[in-house]
Amino acid sequence: MTEITSSRESIVVRFAGDSGDGVQLMGTQFVTSTALAGSDFATFPDYPAEIRAPAGTTFGVSAYQINLGSEPITTAGDAPQVLVAFNPAALKVSLPLIADSALILLNADSFTDRSLTKAGYNEDPRTTGVLDGYQVVSLEVTRLTTEAVKPFGLSKSDAGRCKNFWALGVVQWMFGRELDTIEQWVRIRFEKNEVLRDANLAALHAGNAYGETAELAAAIPQFEIAQATFSAGEYRGVRGSDALALGLAAAGELASRPLMFCSYPITPASPLLHRLAQLGELGVGILQAEDEIAAVCAAIGASFGGAIGITSSSGPGIALKTEAMGLAINAELPLVIVDSQRGGPSTGLPTKTEQSDLYLAVYGRNADAPVPVLAASSPSDCFDVAIEAVRIAVRHMTPVILLTDGYLANAAEPWRLPDMDDYAPIEANEPQISEVSQSAKADGQSMAFCRDPKTLGRPWIVPGTAASVYRVGGLEKDIRTGHISYDADNHQLMTQLRADKVARVADFIPAQAVETGPSVGALAVVGWGSTHGALYQAVRSLGDSRVSHIHIRHLSPLPKNLGELLGGFDRILVPEMNMGQLSTLLRDRLGLDPIPLPKVTGQPFLVEELIEAIRAELPRPDVRAASSSSKGERI
Amino acid sequence: MSAEVHFSAKDFASSEEVRWCPGCGDYAILKTMTQTLAKLGVRPEETVFVSGIGCASRFPYYMETYGFHTIHGRAPAVATGLKLFRPELDVWVVTGDGDGLSIGGNHLLHALRRNIGLKILLFNNEIYGLTKGQYSPTSRLGTRSPSSPGGSFDSPIVAGLFALGAGAGFIARAIDTDKLGLGGVLEAAHGHDGATFVEIFQNCIVYNDKVFASFTDKGNAADAQIRVEHGEPLTFGENNSKGLRLDMGSLTLEVVGGQHSDVLIHDETNATMAQLLLAMEPPALPMALGVIHRRLGQSFETSFYAAHPTGMARTARVADVLRQTNTWSVD
Repeated sequence: MTEITSSRESIVVRFAGDSGDGVQLMGTQFVTSTALAGSDFATFPDYPAEIRAPAGTTFGVSAYQINLGSEPITTAGDAPQVLVAFNPAALKVSLPLIADSALILLNADSFTDRSLTKAGYNEDPRTTGVLDGYQVVSLEVTRLTTEAVKPFGLSKSDAGRCKNFWALGVVQWMFGRELDTIEQWVRIRFEKNEVLRDANLAALHAGNAYGETAELAAAIPQFEIAQATFSAGEYRGVRGSDALALGLAAAGELASRPLMFCSYPITPASPLLHRLAQLGELGVGILQAEDEIAAVCAAIGASFGGAIGITSSSGPGIALKTEAMGLAINAELPLVIVDSQRGGPSTGLPTKTEQSDLYLAVYGRNADAPVPVLAASSPSDCFDVAIEAVRIAVRHMTPVILLTDGYLANAAEPWRLPDMDDYAPIEANEPQISEVSQSAKADGQSMAFCRDPKTLGRPWIVPGTAASVYRVGGLEKDIRTGHISYDADNHQLMTQLRADKVARVADFIPAQAVETGPSVGALAVVGWGSTHGALYQAVRSLGDSRVSHIHIRHLSPLPKNLGELLGGFDRILVPEMNMGQLSTLLRDRLGLDPIPLPKVTGQPFLVEELIEAIRAELPRPDVRAASSSSKGERI
Repeated sequence: MSAEVHFSAKDFASSEEVRWCPGCGDYAILKTMTQTLAKLGVRPEETVFVSGIGCASRFPYYMETYGFHTIHGRAPAVATGLKLFRPELDVWVVTGDGDGLSIGGNHLLHALRRNIGLKILLFNNEIYGLTKGQYSPTSRLGTRSPSSPGGSFDSPIVAGLFALGAGAGFIARAIDTDKLGLGGVLEAAHGHDGATFVEIFQNCIVYNDKVFASFTDKGNAADAQIRVEHGEPLTFGENNSKGLRLDMGSLTLEVVGGQHSDVLIHDETNATMAQLLLAMEPPALPMALGVIHRRLGQSFETSFYAAHPTGMARTARVADVLRQTNTWSVD
């Protein structure tokens, strides 16, 4: 028996195969057992837009990447050190991404002439030398799986479908993980199909046993991953869309109001719809509307009736909803619009991630129509941001845009479970009956538009309330009576009121903090949204005491101290998965001159490329004094 | 008790100054609506009017009830969210031929096929009024308008047939100034469980005056209108001298003598009969008015609350639900 167990602080593993190979399932199952074994982790599912793209093609490759280890893990990792490739196409797509001496587990049975041709290989890559330098382990996954499930009499294709569990068995052995959580999942999933249940369990055990059988598997190395040091508490793994769904439901609980979630299916926003559809017991109602416009309109209608109206989409759908957002602004109704951003323009890259809807969120409506905008920065952060979005919407009686993205929607990480008692209740502006004096009433002051002087939010008076019946709509209304008004001065006042209301949000949000690094220095790396993990890791790994990472949750209005904070840095570098939208916003709102670092490949930032970019912007220590006088200028 | 308070037609009229053109058919509809609500004994605060954009859509401002004047074509969608969350409210949707059948056609289609309990009133004047007189999706071929100076060549839609095709369980028609006929269908619509579609022929005095004169003018009315009544013979004309029967060869309706034994009996539950009646056009055949189609089906909100037996009340706590997965503890 050859002992080749290696101990590591962290490791990046990638599973890749056809979109029908069950790679995503394999990934999530591996993650669950990883979490229970006490490792920190971050995941990145990377899948094609097609449900079942032609088998064996490079564009049909579905992958799942996991970074696991003991260190604080904040990204899914740059270059995988372990690749499990189910076919030649998966190998071909993954090769440029993986680490130089990575371990590659191949399904040897898939390297047929036909599948090599489909993947675009003229020759078998195993013999051409392109795999030199990698540690290649060739396994007959299909044959061994078929053999393991033979007793169950499955068809050839059904038998072949069990190969993800066989491979998972091997991987579990490689990392010394238990099989129990996976077995439990299989039993529940295939509760009504005993044959498939037993076949998948048999494949799982066979793969695991294959790893254990040293003579046969001498070449398969084992890894021992150190345990992470988490702060005390109760944990679970969570995907961004799960945390977001639970956060919205929690906001409903804190507001003691039902949630009406009205949505139209779109990638990558649909997982939120699916999750919320399971949360009826938390007072969540779902309407799958006929289109994006109907979805936002129904949410507005529910909100008019007193529910917390939520709609959700991705860029193309958000574009369709913009007119209705203007209606909610004008009618002064609470509404949360969740935008799971994806590559664009138009249909763009539906399954790839991007942060390119910031302009759309902040500036993208007809007329002067401001709304508060916030962004979630990690899967678990989605929970708190969802609560915050609802809180702002209800307090200020305004639509709020919550930005997330394809990466956050699907990525997972460990989550220290929150204590609901730590959250303040969400309170609506009650009808302030006593505040409307008889003389004011006689003067036409409507109770519905008797706004709170601090938040400028109006009371949320709903149909069914006697004695304060009112009409509202998209036409400009009189600031006091709510009646239609085309009066010039009134429109000026109302436009100002709408702007002031959103500006007032800044009175209620926390001051901008520094994630890591000093509060004054040579370079501030400023980001927003899902790039948090990569930026944090890059600045931390760089370990340069002149560099800080600042991550913005509240994008509009910006935290009041942000201008002053950023003014303390010689330079501001803004890495974004767009062509420089936050840079524009900082220039516009704070008069700063940041250096944009755009990336629009549909893939998240790599830590290494960020470190390189940060280094390039750092002055050499000997010219530091000179550069600090030329603030904001590039040398 | 407050439930004893009776609200008069005047109580349902708001103080907002009405801004329709003098002589507009909308005034008559507004008046019949306030009278009908008073007659029905409903409460203003439990009644909501939701509208889109267009002359008709100003309607909610003139009602002393809750009202929501939304955006172009989207009233059925806004009203769907409201009715779903607050099924106990009476939710009326006021739309027009452009708002409901052009820009908002999709929402009208889905509100009807979903059978959500909205009382949808489509004021059809066969023209765009508020944008100054362009032809609409119900304008007849050849309509001269600023956007069709040589006459329109855009085929019109028959609103009632659209509704029937969408699966509407209640389809009725009335004329704006016909207080009895309109009041009758409004009452019937109010009493129906599920989506209702009422087409109101509304005269636009400025841009499309007398477009319905062929059947609304007193002189033509008897021969050019048929007021249908469930279980009654389909007769019309002076002293019910005419009747409708099915021509078996062509499967179309034809006019025969009112006493003819083949005269059909109106069956409002029969969708095929509804289709034949809705397709009739003067002068060859009379315009069908009244409740043309009515059949019972489960409303969307009924199905929704069957799936939410606790009426959207919370039966679990977030703190418990977020632990319904594999968790682990760190000391």
